[in-house]
Amino acid sequence: MTEARDIDILHFCRSQTLRHLMLMVRSPSEVINPLLFFLLVIVLFPLGLGPDPEQLSLLAPGILWVVALLSNLMICMRLFVDDLEDGSLEQLAMARVPLSIAVLPQLLASWLASGLLLSLVSPIFGLMLGLPLEVAPVLVASLLMGTAIMLLLGAVGAALTVGVQRGGILLALLILPLYVPILIAGTRALNEALQGGDPTVALALLGAGVTGGLLLAPLAIAAGVRVSLEL
Amino acid sequence: MTTALLEARDLSIHKGLRQLLKDVTLCVEPGDLWQLAGGNGIGKTSLLRSFARLASIEVYGDLSRCDDVLYVGHSASLKGAMTPRQNLKYHPSGLCTPTDTEIDGALAAVGLAGYENALTARLSAGQKRRVALARLFLPSGRLWLLDEPFTALDVAGVAVLEQRFRAHAQAGGAVVFTSHQSADLGGTLSVLDLEQFRGD
Amino acid sequence: MWRIIHQFGSPPWVYRFCDKVIPWLMPITIVALLVGSVWGLLFAPTDYKQGDSYRIIYIHVPAAVVALAGYYVMALAGLVSLVWRVKLADTAMRAAAPIGAAYTAIALITGAIWGKPTWGAWWVWDARITSMLILFFLYVGVIALFEAYENKSAAARACAVLTLVGTVNIPIIYKSVDWWYSLHQPASIKFTGESAIDPSMLYPLLLMIGAFYCLFAVTVLLNMRAELAWNHRDASWLKQLVQGT
Repeated sequence: MTEARDIDILHFCRSQTLRHLMLMVRSPSEVINPLLFFLLVIVLFPLGLGPDPEQLSLLAPGILWVVALLSNLMICMRLFVDDLEDGSLEQLAMARVPLSIAVLPQLLASWLASGLLLSLVSPIFGLMLGLPLEVAPVLVASLLMGTAIMLLLGAVGAALTVGVQRGGILLALLILPLYVPILIAGTRALNEALQGGDPTVALALLGAGVTGGLLLAPLAIAAGVRVSLEL
Repeated sequence: MTTALLEARDLSIHKGLRQLLKDVTLCVEPGDLWQLAGGNGIGKTSLLRSFARLASIEVYGDLSRCDDVLYVGHSASLKGAMTPRQNLKYHPSGLCTPTDTEIDGALAAVGLAGYENALTARLSAGQKRRVALARLFLPSGRLWLLDEPFTALDVAGVAVLEQRFRAHAQAGGAVVFTSHQSADLGGTLSVLDLEQFRGD
Repeated sequence: MWRIIHQFGSPPWVYRFCDKVIPWLMPITIVALLVGSVWGLLFAPTDYKQGDSYRIIYIHVPAAVVALAGYYVMALAGLVSLVWRVKLADTAMRAAAPIGAAYTAIALITGAIWGKPTWGAWWVWDARITSMLILFFLYVGVIALFEAYENKSAAARACAVLTLVGTVNIPIIYKSVDWWYSLHQPASIKFTGESAIDPSMLYPLLLMIGAFYCLFAVTVLLNMRAELAWNHRDASWLKQLVQGT
């Protein structure tokens, strides 16, 4: 009798996180390209706006956040594509773990390779745009939380569009409007820190966003994946 | 009643405004081997996917089945960048948490001994199919739902698989698979011809 | 159980429902629109600050109110469709999306026209207008998602999920845009009217809001009926219904 052993959810999540991290290590360009994109676009701004450090540092919070948003969009576009194509996604749906939990390891791996990495190197980009080093902790903290919410929301859009032709542009159309509050809170935190104000309100709002996103987004992601599997 | 691994009553499957299949009734008991037969486009895969609960939007009727299901679809769900061993160990279905010895045993059973650490991308189509089917030789679900398991397999591979089906049925499991060809499974095989359920 | 509901929301039933409701809802809408427009445009008093240009609120405000409500109607239909798989809800959601988008567009365009004499610019990044613009993109997203799917049953479900996500997000978006606006723009160009609007201006406005709700309902029902007729153009029940009347 070949009965399946009981599934330990934690063990399952650990093995799936490892799987996705392993795949990322095998194709490092998927990790590095969004970072390079981030750097490249940041370089474009001084070229377009002029090298005046004061003007740049005034615009820096907005530039950093808009670019972080776009590089996050690039990551979301790739999120479930391969897994749908090679059948991994339907196997994930067959796992005896609620799908809303089963999708989380992939998101965790993606966030470690994108959001976490981007947040940690962001002070360098900030310096290039004339941000003082003192605001670096706020920049890192706001990006850490902001990228997490963006990934959770983006994954909803990715799950809904992964099965359709030319889903990339559609994905941007679906999720960019939803990113508006994150953009506002993130730039607000930075601006407060720059002007010597108190960034904690904006950071707390981002934290609330992460909590709410972790509670609700997985349900929507699971529903979206199920729809995409029907096609 | 409770012994049935899968029970479908008056299942109808639609594709857009067309009804593919109607009033499909099937009861799969432990020890059963079922082949879903019928021509191209009749809805074999759709029916199998509805059994797996991967398709539900356009499926109407009653379906109950056990949770302990192993599904192998058309796509092999393998990553080219990983080895066969890793592919099985970190399989997304997570149905089993096999040990390395079990995995090596399963790969040997499908004739892939020596390929454990090769990159899956380098394997041939038939070999990839075998890696996907190696899951059947691991501690896996009671009810197997297999979509065209015999495609891309050579004669020896088909024989190994048929033998595995019989062993699984004898151990109290059940297999439902789609195929155009008639499988050599002796008297234990029941064939469900989907032609009789064709929708209007 | 759900079989019964499914039967209840079946295409012929919905089609007949539309046929029954439209004939009495349509005249009410037309009368309310006529009375409201004439009252608002001709008889309501002139604003002492903005002159006659304020009268565009009799189009702008109802359009904006119904545009937002329309999204919630869509989300409610999406919820019903997700949970009970009622075909009626699918059709309603699909029919409401382009109409809601049109209302949002009307609100945006009339807002721009109103902005020119009031603020001296066609477009001002005012909190309400910005929120309306984002709402417009949310509508467009739902329509685009629906069109992208070949399988329309799957499309309906995908849109249901999207509208529910949007519903949770809309209050957050509105709040955050308000917050953003209050931080960046000192309250120099604030509206006089709305909080202290005179009853003689308010009553025609309320009537117009009611009229726009009715218009929304009528157009959604018409759209639903057209949708059903197209989807079931070969069905025998449709031929019977059309020939019978």
